[in-house]
Amino acid sequence: MAGSDAPVDGVTVPLTPPVEDWTTDYDILDAEYITDPYPIWADLRGDCPVAQTDRWGGSFLPTRYEDVVELARLVPVFSSHDPLVVRPPDDQQVIGSSGYHTVNAPPISADPPVRTWSRRLILPAFAPRAVEAHETYTRALAGRLVDGFIADGRVDGAQQYAQQIPPRVIAHLLGVDEGRADEFTDWVRGVLEIGLSNPAVRVASRDKILNFFAGEVADRRANPKDDLISELMEAEIDGEPVSDQHIIGTCNLMLVAGIDTTWSSIGSALWHLATHEDDRRRLAADLTLLPTAVEELLRAYSRVTMARVVSEETEFKGCPTHVGDKVLLNFPAANRDPDIFENPDVVDIDRQRNRHVAFGVGIHRRAGSNLARMEMIVALEVFLSRIPEFTLEDPSAVTWAGGQVRGPRRLPLAF
Amino acid sequence: MKIQVDSDKCEGHNRCYSIAPDLFDVDDYGYATAAGDGVVPEGMEEKAQLAVDNCPEYAITISEG
Ligand code: SF4
Repeated sequence: MAGSDAPVDGVTVPLTPPVEDWTTDYDILDAEYITDPYPIWADLRGDCPVAQTDRWGGSFLPTRYEDVVELARLVPVFSSHDPLVVRPPDDQQVIGSSGYHTVNAPPISADPPVRTWSRRLILPAFAPRAVEAHETYTRALAGRLVDGFIADGRVDGAQQYAQQIPPRVIAHLLGVDEGRADEFTDWVRGVLEIGLSNPAVRVASRDKILNFFAGEVADRRANPKDDLISELMEAEIDGEPVSDQHIIGTCNLMLVAGIDTTWSSIGSALWHLATHEDDRRRLAADLTLLPTAVEELLRAYSRVTMARVVSEETEFKGCPTHVGDKVLLNFPAANRDPDIFENPDVVDIDRQRNRHVAFGVGIHRRAGSNLARMEMIVALEVFLSRIPEFTLEDPSAVTWAGGQVRGPRRLPLAF
Repeated sequence: MKIQVDSDKCEGHNRCYSIAPDLFDVDDYGYATAAGDGVVPEGMEEKAQLAVDNCPEYAITISEG
């Protein structure tokens, strides 16, 4: 079995020994796990539904739907204060210039009661009606992107399309400069992708994000604007204003959670359509099939694995867990569980009964799920209506990233 | 047929609303309630059942009557 020495999108992941036994020594950054985790999960589900490893700071990995969902609801015994799936070695724990030691991204990094009010603070921005208001912008953006490459007969569907949409939509929503979208993308990848195995990059990237939003908040203190950041700054919780640090953390979350994830979903969907001609032709001929198809693509290519940290001595599914242990919320594996989904490894774009948990479940259900859905549907609608026929230009050139957020990072398409 | 959303369980996934916008109302925070008195108009029974089967929180129930 291959170790994790494969370069992922140009970034060499540090060499780790090959995995011999996935039940006791799994590696979520292993090249095989990133490109094709499905057989690994299927084996684990049968043999050892909660696998264990000492790699990347140590963690537990459930693979059954019921277990993942149960874990998601076990708060705060399983705390959300550090939702990243890896832990850097202690000697590399560095406090960056922004001074934050762990993750400052409420409500995702908060437990009740802070979670409860901080979530109410941002939910209105992501409710269905609020999201609808960004659809026109998203459609125009997708159209402009297609205009830019349609004459070329080829495109990198990940880098030139999927990756271009979410940072601009989030910038538009927050009220910050869309022209800096590429920088936002670099920062977020620095936290969630490259930073997973490289704590220095992670801390530096997080600092850039927090410092950027500190600047934006300071600007608005002087000159309030008519945008979401200003709105958050005016909000009151129990008659008290929300602290700047909290607002900065919340903006950090919206950026980090809204970019890599949605981009990965759009990219995975394009990969599926490039490799499944029948599905692509049916959807291109009838775009009204998209909402149901998108739920299935979200299920089958679920992108996000989160982590909880054990806050008191307990056990999970018979495994004794200790304070500080990480347990991974393996939503992607839950969504492939044959006990819940018939033929889970078949992507059926007409699947009607689809209780997938791609956006999590319980009190940390992803607040931006309506926005992500809208972006996916619009991105695919625009792409399919302008470019109904496309294939992989070179299957061996496709690269995937994974660990925390899984999706294609290079996706050359020909049409 | 009548639908009901348990507000303690609903986490605002809005799967119900996207499947059957006529059967559910969504508040400013994204939490759902049954539209009107919850009675499912004739011909919408299947949509109501689909909403039940797709809610990740098992928050929606159907009762007869
Ligand atoms: S699908 Fe379930 S959790 Fe989601 S809004 Fe509807 S009732 Fe609430």
